Amino acid sequence: MTSLMKKLVLATAVVAAPLMAATTASADGEKYILVSHAPDSDSWWNTIKNGIALAGEQMDVEVEYRNPPTGDLADMARIIDQAAASGPNGIITTLADFDVLSGPIRAAVDQGINVIIMNSGTAEQTRQVGALMFVGQPEYDAGFAAGLRAKGDGVESFVCVNHVISNSVVAERCRGFADGLGIELGNSMIDSGQDPAEIKNRVIAHLNANPDIDAVLTLGPTSADPTILALEEMGLAGEIYFGTFDLGENIVKGIKAGIIQWGIDQQPFLQAYLPVVILTNYDRYGVLPGNNINSGPGFVTADGLEKVEMFAGEYR
Amino acid sequence: MSPATTPELGDERVKTRSRFREALIRPELGGIAGIILVFFFFLLTAADSGMFSAAGVLNWSIVSAQFMIIAVGACLLMIAGEFDLSVGSMIGFAGIVIAILSVQMGWPMWMAIIATFVVCVGLGAVNGWLVIKTGLPSFIVTLAFLYILRGLTIFAAIATTRKTIIGGVRDVAEGDWLAALFGGKVLTGLFQWMGNIGLIDTFERGTRKGQPVVDGIPMLIVWALALVIFGHILLTRTRFGNWIFASGGDAQSARYTGVPVNRVKILMFMFTAFCATVFATCQVMEFGSAGADRGLLKEFEAIISVVIGGALLTGGYGSVIGAALGALIFGVVQQGLFFAGVESSLFRVFLGVILLLAVILNTYIRRMITGDK
Repeated sequence: MTSLMKKLVLATAVVAAPLMAATTASADGEKYILVSHAPDSDSWWNTIKNGIALAGEQMDVEVEYRNPPTGDLADMARIIDQAAASGPNGIITTLADFDVLSGPIRAAVDQGINVIIMNSGTAEQTRQVGALMFVGQPEYDAGFAAGLRAKGDGVESFVCVNHVISNSVVAERCRGFADGLGIELGNSMIDSGQDPAEIKNRVIAHLNANPDIDAVLTLGPTSADPTILALEEMGLAGEIYFGTFDLGENIVKGIKAGIIQWGIDQQPFLQAYLPVVILTNYDRYGVLPGNNINSGPGFVTADGLEKVEMFAGEYR
Repeated sequence: MSPATTPELGDERVKTRSRFREALIRPELGGIAGIILVFFFFLLTAADSGMFSAAGVLNWSIVSAQFMIIAVGACLLMIAGEFDLSVGSMIGFAGIVIAILSVQMGWPMWMAIIATFVVCVGLGAVNGWLVIKTGLPSFIVTLAFLYILRGLTIFAAIATTRKTIIGGVRDVAEGDWLAALFGGKVLTGLFQWMGNIGLIDTFERGTRKGQPVVDGIPMLIVWALALVIFGHILLTRTRFGNWIFASGGDAQSARYTGVPVNRVKILMFMFTAFCATVFATCQVMEFGSAGADRGLLKEFEAIISVVIGGALLTGGYGSVIGAALGALIFGVVQQGLFFAGVESSLFRVFLGVILLLAVILNTYIRRMITGDK
């Protein structure tokens, strides 16, 4: 090797060493790796990164965040294999596709690594791969809790604006809401499509055809934003009961303006923070909560908006 | 010209060179130097992280083998003077076609796999034919196919199942002879024995307790090695290999000397599509599901591997062994960075810097030894 190359190698090693060491400082040496299915471009997961970093700092353990840069689930399976081979105390991972990920997760569990499933997956799948627990928002239960809340506020009928009709998990939110209200879902769920203009017009048409509807439920910012416009146009903004899943800029404004009664936050912070704390305590003292943990639904209303706005994008 | 021309006349084509120098002037030499550099680097930074345990070695070997499969096709095509940017989309497309034919339409798995190979290699031929007929740069034609194939993949998946991930392939593939050729493992007995005598870690709990953590060599790696050997022999030991070099070096001169340049180029496009389909089939058989978003950006990973391995982007120069070494460097660096525990947001910075270093090293050494410009 030439002297120029030697210098380049040395320079790289010297530059790289402190950066690599930066993530490897801890007191008791426990190491936990969180593997997500999100591509680099997905900003929602920034809250997750901040959540594990905070938990790592508070518990004095080493934490790492790993994801497939393009969101390719096959690459994610390799990353779980890799994480297991590097011998951490625990792995926290999403179960976005059971077919692809169950093998690598099962293999990690069988190598003696504790695994917690977060965000995506079900209680049943969590049991099947041998993970300790699931931390996330079960969609049916979230809808059910929202239904109970709406019933308490005097709601008797509703329309569910579903913009992802093909996603059966998200549709569970509507079914749970109907059961919480104690009514049949029937034809209260409309397929709104993804286009904002179409969503707006379908909501207007449906509400005109069914003037006795008490409440509107939207399943995310995609359907909530046009619904806000529809209600404003019909003069129903603030008159009709309006709840939504997930948060977004317009939803927060709507809550502030009194158009939306509540937004359901699945609290990604908890999905990242709690597994690190739980795994650390399990490794140190052998204590473990006896059931899965629901990180949501967290209801965001006009009262708690100050904190939501303050930590939006960071911890919320 | 008389065959009696003697070296004394100074004809560079018959100049003798020392054996040692002969051994050094190879396109893959830079790749070998790069491998040494990369392993040296990770032995320093990640030696105790499990990277060199059995499971760790298998992990980066699989990732490298994936790159190798698509790099062999990309390498031969690049030496023939063309690019294929549709490799990644072809991977997603092939996977979905297999899943639709077998799971949705109920074909036996071997038939679905063969049909997919026919369709995809046919699409490769269309790619090549369009490039030759229109005279457009292959960069543009295959970029169009990058979008067309990705769009078709998403459409086909949604139209047949309303989902973008099709599962259940594993059940259909159960016991199928051709599926085992892509998704199976070899040397399982050897690994069980190595596990028994304690050479490899074994599972500590669960239904696989006592079995070795690494229980065999996946067929993916066997395919990668077979394709590398095939490509190397084709390129260096056959007349067709000379035609590939000639087509990429100077297509017009090659035509004058009777090389069927068009046929060579179209065949190389078909071979690239074949390699992408091998990649996709192995992936679908291993994971039991196909996704419409599989294979994103893989075309660039193939090209990067080939370039690290010493091939010229302008065509006419390169080696399959070099491309395989390039794929190994890329795979080891990518997984090694995880083992070394770099900050995840800086991951791509390191990846880029190390890849750049590998290419610079490669080019520098090649120029120094061959005395080329």
